[in-house]
Amino acid sequence: MCGAPKQGGSLAGVDLSTQTVIQGSVWHDGAPVAGAYVRLLDATDEFTAEVVTSPEGEFRFFAAPGRWTLRTLAPVGRAERPVDAEVGLNETTLAID
Amino acid sequence: MSRSDVLVTADWAQEHLGDPGIVFVEVDEDTSAYDGGHLEGAVKLDWKTDLQDPLRRDFVGREAFEALLSSRGIGNDDTVVLYGGNNNWFAAYAYWYFKLYGHRDVKLIDGGRKKWELDGRPLSKDVVERPATTYRASEPDLSIRAFRDEVVASIGSKNIIDVRSPDEFSGKILAPAHLPQEQAQKGGHVPTAMNIPWSKAANEDGTFKSDEELAKLYAEQGYDEAKPTIAYCRIGERSSHTWFVLRELLGKSDVKNYDGSWVEYGSLVGVPIEK
Repeated sequence: MCGAPKQGGSLAGVDLSTQTVIQGSVWHDGAPVAGAYVRLLDATDEFTAEVVTSPEGEFRFFAAPGRWTLRTLAPVGRAERPVDAEVGLNETTLAID
Repeated sequence: MSRSDVLVTADWAQEHLGDPGIVFVEVDEDTSAYDGGHLEGAVKLDWKTDLQDPLRRDFVGREAFEALLSSRGIGNDDTVVLYGGNNNWFAAYAYWYFKLYGHRDVKLIDGGRKKWELDGRPLSKDVVERPATTYRASEPDLSIRAFRDEVVASIGSKNIIDVRSPDEFSGKILAPAHLPQEQAQKGGHVPTAMNIPWSKAANEDGTFKSDEELAKLYAEQGYDEAKPTIAYCRIGERSSHTWFVLRELLGKSDVKNYDGSWVEYGSLVGVPIEK
């Protein structure tokens, strides 16, 4: 339901011919950041969803084709980047300086 | 009712952990968050397994709610302080649920689990056991819960607030984007509904915006003070967040949460939908 599922792991069972998956990981100082909050903002910068990264720093969203922004908030800092997503798998990395 | 009666800061919570007469309760759907570390002494409620009927789509009944709270060691006179993940969505749902069953003193921790974690405050993995109580619930207060027929009858006459994201409101996506987009219901929204996303009421760290900012937000979006209000989302937890803002923080009267929400409405045969 609306509870964020476990992040990362296999995409088995996800139909990448219909789903627009945006996934990746959050990094800081050469290491993945676990427990970072990552939010997906729509083309008008409005909140669409938020997840907490896995122990390996991973996040995953199921969106739609188009322009999105990923923003992460963690005790070590924040980072943001735009994503132009298409149907299928869209992978990106968020690096916190 | 004012903000200080229903909302406590993380600082207040940290200072009152372990106080007699105060029970901290973490509410999540995925209780692995609680199991990985929770506020010292807090008990957990699982949004799905504890608060939903195992067979039908509905709440647990009054007796089951009494049994649940008794087993968690929550008494009628205890102050219940709720917090959770997802920017307090499920904690707000539980708040509304506790009010529905007549619990007197319920509060939310502003910012919930997110602010607590971002602040780097301590979490405990200790198993929490409280002595059982004999909890007595009231008959459900249906003045704060809307059902589908009332929603349909309210089109064009009440404030109907769709608190989902703009892309869900427009039907571009069918669920919050952390979930696979495979849903049975139609996309769109209830005709005449205003789209005021729950997220506009919260800061990035999950805390609620100030009363002044909140009052301005709803006024600007066309909220009519003279009309009753129904809030909905997809399954009723984000709309609990907005219900909390409107009724408990801003003190508006006659505000209901439609927990059937879009999963129900978007599956009904013959009701009007706007896209």
